[in-house]
Amino acid sequence: MFSPEIVTAAVLNGLLTGAVYALVSVALTLVYGVLHIINFAHGATLTAAMFAAYVAWQAGIDPLVAVIGLAPLFFVLGYAVQRWIIGPASHGEDRNILLVTLGLSIVIENVLLATFRSDTRSIDVPYGFSSVDLGFVFLPMPRVIAFGITCVVALLLWILLARTDAGKAIRAVAKDKLGAALVGIDVPHVYAVTFGLGAACLAVAACVLLPSYFVNPRVGNAYVLVAFTVVVLGGMGSVPGAVIGGLFIGIVESLSGLYFGESLGQLGIFLIFILVLLVRPTGLFGARA
Amino acid sequence: MSGPLLSVEGASKRFGGLLAVDGASFTVERGSITGLIGPNGAGKTTLFTLVAGFETLTAGTVCFKGDDLGRMPPHERAKRGITRTFQIVQPFAGLTVRENIAVGAHLRHAARGEALARAEAVAKRVGLGDRLDQPASGLTVAGRKRLELARALATEPTLLLLDEVLAGLNPSEVRDIVPVIREIRDGGVTILMVEHVMQAVMSLCDRVFVLAQGRIIAQGTPTEVTRDPAVVEAYLGHGAAARLASREVARG
Amino acid sequence: MSRSGPVAAYGPILAVALLLAMLPVATSANTILNSMVMALLIALAGQGWNILGGYGGQFSFGHAVFFGTGAYVTALLQARFGVNAYVAFAAGIAAGAMVGTILGYLSFRSGLRGSYFALVTLAFAEVFRILANATAFTGGAAGTLVKLDVRPENFQFSSRAVFFWIALGLVTAVMLGVRFMERSRFGAWLVAVRENEDAARALGVDTLKVKIQAITLSAGVTAAAGGFYVQYFLFIDANLAYGTWISIEALLVPIVGGLGTVFGPLIGAVALHGLAEATKAIAGRIPGIDLALYGSLLVLAIAFAPNGLQGLMAKIGRGLSFGRAP
Repeated sequence: MFSPEIVTAAVLNGLLTGAVYALVSVALTLVYGVLHIINFAHGATLTAAMFAAYVAWQAGIDPLVAVIGLAPLFFVLGYAVQRWIIGPASHGEDRNILLVTLGLSIVIENVLLATFRSDTRSIDVPYGFSSVDLGFVFLPMPRVIAFGITCVVALLLWILLARTDAGKAIRAVAKDKLGAALVGIDVPHVYAVTFGLGAACLAVAACVLLPSYFVNPRVGNAYVLVAFTVVVLGGMGSVPGAVIGGLFIGIVESLSGLYFGESLGQLGIFLIFILVLLVRPTGLFGARA
Repeated sequence: MSGPLLSVEGASKRFGGLLAVDGASFTVERGSITGLIGPNGAGKTTLFTLVAGFETLTAGTVCFKGDDLGRMPPHERAKRGITRTFQIVQPFAGLTVRENIAVGAHLRHAARGEALARAEAVAKRVGLGDRLDQPASGLTVAGRKRLELARALATEPTLLLLDEVLAGLNPSEVRDIVPVIREIRDGGVTILMVEHVMQAVMSLCDRVFVLAQGRIIAQGTPTEVTRDPAVVEAYLGHGAAARLASREVARG
Repeated sequence: MSRSGPVAAYGPILAVALLLAMLPVATSANTILNSMVMALLIALAGQGWNILGGYGGQFSFGHAVFFGTGAYVTALLQARFGVNAYVAFAAGIAAGAMVGTILGYLSFRSGLRGSYFALVTLAFAEVFRILANATAFTGGAAGTLVKLDVRPENFQFSSRAVFFWIALGLVTAVMLGVRFMERSRFGAWLVAVRENEDAARALGVDTLKVKIQAITLSAGVTAAAGGFYVQYFLFIDANLAYGTWISIEALLVPIVGGLGTVFGPLIGAVALHGLAEATKAIAGRIPGIDLALYGSLLVLAIAFAPNGLQGLMAKIGRGLSFGRAP
């Protein structure tokens, strides 16, 4: 078996990865919780954001700086897509929303493919190979930064939802859309804002991921299935559930990679996913069905 | 054959902390129209869903033709001869009236042609004969209520459970549909109905059970139960019966 | 509609099939035949999806799991065990149908519908893809080749026209089958499940059973497309078999052509492949451009033609006649 140091290191590494999973999942669960739709364009949006960060880096801007511009940009894009494409095109039917977001994901992914081709690209940031020494383990600097920024974003999101009027409106719509409409809340606007927030979270995730990962037109898919697992695990629509679930899945992946080999690490995630869906579709942390 | 067609013994249903039905017992005699009335939230619809098998009992039994139905799912109860309608009508919106009713007819007729022919006959019986090829989504509220009735009838039930088929209809529409229900009974179908429209209950039901707060508080003919002080109190609040009585004395 | 006689019900299908069968007589250009074979293959896979999604209202995002199973079983039985191609093809269909039964039992029994069902099918396809890509038995990432031995008894033909006719035969047979289903009790129950599950249960429909039967049929038909694919290309790998492309095409063609209609998948497949060829002719062979177009079409179809091309035609037709009437 492995020494405690190696296992601890694997857990810590898993936690770092898990933080990014949590961020991607929070975006997905937020949209689900408010709009009650599963956004199948989630992965493609993440990919698009990673390419945006990549283009920015080519123009000489570090992803950690680019995030300041990209997060608002993706908020606006997300807002527009929900307000003027998904909303009207779906005629309010769940099945249609499912298909519209699927259609959007195909468009985004393939426009990226046509533009950037299928090559896998990565960037070399100056801090790419520095690390944080904890005595018994070195943690790669880019992922520590990613962890830190994720925590900050999660905190900001929490403040937004819990402490502001906009957050109150979002929570009202999530609870009861008709009631919210009756007291004068502009529901399509809140929907679009929520969708925009989701996209902005993805832009942040993209910027913190790029320095330590790679990007190609299909990269988002890997994350999105993980995010689906996390969201299902944490309970559809539950933000704290997504955070805990994300960290948990990060650790599971890291440990199963350690014990069963890298290629089967992801398989474990899918099996958990299917199992949870079949046995307890409301999620382990039991939000509503 | 002896014994009631349906007998419910000590039926209870708990949803979390709420006891929606609390030890209710009642019977439905063959060939009767039996009414289940009570104030809002009394548990009528819950009791109905228990009989139809859409919910399972927390305690008690539901016996049909003397057999305990246990946890039998709704579609098997339908096969045995128990069919329900829904208070909030549930048409197959994308299908025509004929196709809607044919789904019910298929329970006893495997052949498509036969089911469609049956559907036509049933539609005529409930007064939908001239709207067979209309989409169900295009029907008026009254039309949808008739469709709900026709579909259930097409399954050729022994016991028909009608959940507020008259709710939402105007008085003239109620007048039109009451004889239809009576004809169904005269055709040999036993009926158990939940109803708020008292005028219809008075004219249709042979026997009425009154449910309040999950319990059966009175039973008898419609005239008997409307005179029962316990029933008046359940509807109008504590002390209402006494107040009404004293007013009558004062007037008298 | 469902009351019409057998001639009105089955006649148009046979007429269209006969008309299409003339194509190899009209042209011997391999590119056109190739493209038509692919269109028919997608129509077949899409008709499978249509049975469950169009008639039954259960939207799967992972029909690749059936296509791929049909393909791999057809290929592996021949390559590893020397089984006759036709037997392998039949086994492929049976295996696909069986995966459908199991997946259906698991997900419908636990009450999954809507997005949840879409998600679980997607995940199943992904699990199968990862496994097929990592297992030595399936040839791993290198895939599996079927030995080239062009003889009719091996389900291999030198003439594209023969493949075309076989594909057309499969599509026609399934269309006739679906028409038969439409006019049967099972079809009526399946549509009832799509329209309103609770009402169906109240009317005596065993909705779980109906859905499992539907996914089994659906899976079998899509698996047949997978098996045919292997015989046509004599090669399969994990990304072709279980990739998202086939899941997407299978759902796209009935939606574009007309959901829950017999001709929908065929119309959708021919229209989309025509369009894809046209795009390639104009835009050149830029990777992804055809799929980007598909995606936009999907969004547009849902926004403006929720009843597919057939519905759109009918609407335009009505519009014209209304225009003339006064």
